[in-house]
Amino acid sequence: MTEEKIRVLVAKPGLDGHDRGAKVIARMLRDAGMEVIYTGLRQTPEMVVEAALQEDVDVIGLSILSGAHTALVPRIMALLREREMEDVPVFLGGIIPTDDVPTMEAEGVAGVFGPGTSSDVIISAIRTAALNQETGTDAGG
Amino acid sequence: MPVDELLAQAKAGSRRAVARLLTRVERNEETAREVVEALYADTGRAHVVGVTGAPGSGKSSLVNELAQAFRRRDMQVGIVAVDPSSPFTGGALLGDRIRMRDLAGDTGIFIRSTASRGSLGGLSRATAAMVKVLDAAGFDVILVETVGAGQAEVDIARMAHTTVVVEAPGMGDEVQSIKAGILEIADLLVLNKADRPGAASAVKALRLMLHMGQGASLRHHGRRLSSAGGDERARASDNDGADGEGGWEIRLYETVATEGKGVEEVVDVILAHRDYLKASGEWQEREKDRSRQEMAQLLQARLMEQLEQQVAPAERERLIEAVASREVDPYTAVSRLFDRITLQG
Repeated sequence: MTEEKIRVLVAKPGLDGHDRGAKVIARMLRDAGMEVIYTGLRQTPEMVVEAALQEDVDVIGLSILSGAHTALVPRIMALLREREMEDVPVFLGGIIPTDDVPTMEAEGVAGVFGPGTSSDVIISAIRTAALNQETGTDAGG
Repeated sequence: MPVDELLAQAKAGSRRAVARLLTRVERNEETAREVVEALYADTGRAHVVGVTGAPGSGKSSLVNELAQAFRRRDMQVGIVAVDPSSPFTGGALLGDRIRMRDLAGDTGIFIRSTASRGSLGGLSRATAAMVKVLDAAGFDVILVETVGAGQAEVDIARMAHTTVVVEAPGMGDEVQSIKAGILEIADLLVLNKADRPGAASAVKALRLMLHMGQGASLRHHGRRLSSAGGDERARASDNDGADGEGGWEIRLYETVATEGKGVEEVVDVILAHRDYLKASGEWQEREKDRSRQEMAQLLQARLMEQLEQQVAPAERERLIEAVASREVDPYTAVSRLFDRITLQG
C-alpha cells in the first residue's frame, strides 16, 4: 500500500565554489517524487560515504566541477567497497571531460551526466538504478 | 537479513545495521511492526529531546552544537531530523545535514534525515519508531528536530521527554508569544540568534509570556497535553498539580548557535530536566502518555487500513462525491462507512 520512496544522496565532494547545479538537480529529483538528502558544499569522500551509510540511500549522486573527479571518485568508490556498499549505484555530474568518462565507468560509476543532460534521462536512470538496487538488497538481505 | 540479526549487529556497533533498521521502520507498517516488536524490550533508556521552532530559527545549527556538547560529556548522540514532504509530488529535500557538518567523522553520532510524508504535526509517522531504533542501538540522547513548526505542530511534546522550543528575533509581536500552541509545549525556551537586532525586545516579550504563565496553565503545560478527544483525566490531573511546589520552571536561554554561545548552559538545563523528570516521577507519566498516544495512532492507522481493505475505492469515492455535492453530510457518510466494517484482528 505504501509507495516505496527512492532516497538519493546529492553530494558535492571537493572544493567547488558554488552548488547551483547540484541544487537544481536536487530540486528536480524532489519534484520527481524522490527524497533527496543534500549535504552542501565541500564534503570529503569520507563525509559523503558516511552520509550515504547513515541515510541508507538507494542512489548516490556526485556533482564535481573542479576537475578533481579523477582523485575524488576513486577514493569514494574505495570507501564504498570498504563498507560493503558497492551495491549502491553512484552517478556523476558536473564538468567531466568526455575522455574521462570511460575511466569513471571503470571505477564503477553507473552513469555520467554532463551539462545539458535532460531531466528525463537523469530521473529515469536513477529510478532504474534504485529499483535494481532494491531487488538486489531484498535478495541479498 | 532477518531483523534479529540486524538488531544484534546494531547493538554491536554496526552503523549500517542501524541505518537498515531505520529504513525498515520507515518503509511501511508491516516492516516497522516487525522491527519494533523485536527491539521494544531494549528501549526506554535514551533521553529523547525534541527541538522545534519556526523555519529559519536555527534548529539545525543548534542541534549541531548541542550534539557536540553532549559528546563532550561522553554521551552517544542519535539525531532524527524531519523535513517536509511536498504535498504535490511526495518528494522532499532533506537539508538538515548541511548545518551539521561539524558532526561528520564522529562515530558517537548518528544522523538520519526523514521526510514528513504527509503528517501534519511536525514529525513523520515513522519518527517514533526511528527513535526506538536509536534507543535500542544504545544512543544515550536522541535529538529529534521537527519540521519548521508554526503554532500547531505540537506532536513532538508527546514523543520527547524534554522539548526545546527555538525562537529567533523578529518573529512577531507580543501577541504572537501569548497565543496558544508551540510556546506552551516548551520545557525550555531558547532565543537563538541572540546577537541579532531585535533580540532584546524578543527576550522581553518571551519573558513576559513566561511570567504570565507562572502558576497558571503554563507551569504544567506539556505534562499532560489533552488528547484530541479531550481527556478528562488528563485535565483533572493538571489541576491537581496547581500547587506546583518543586515543579519545573520554564526559563528562557539565549544562544548564538553558529558560534556555540550559550549552548553549554542549554545542555546543562536539558540534563537537569531529565533529572527532574526522573526524581519527580514525571518521566513515568510521560512514558505513559506517550504510550497512550502511540497506541491511539496505531489503532487509527489500523482502522483506516481495514476500511480501505473492506470498502471498495469506488464506493468510498461515491460517498466523497455525495458529501462534496451536499447530498450527504460528512458525519452521516462516516457512519455509513463505519457500518460497513467488520473488525478483524
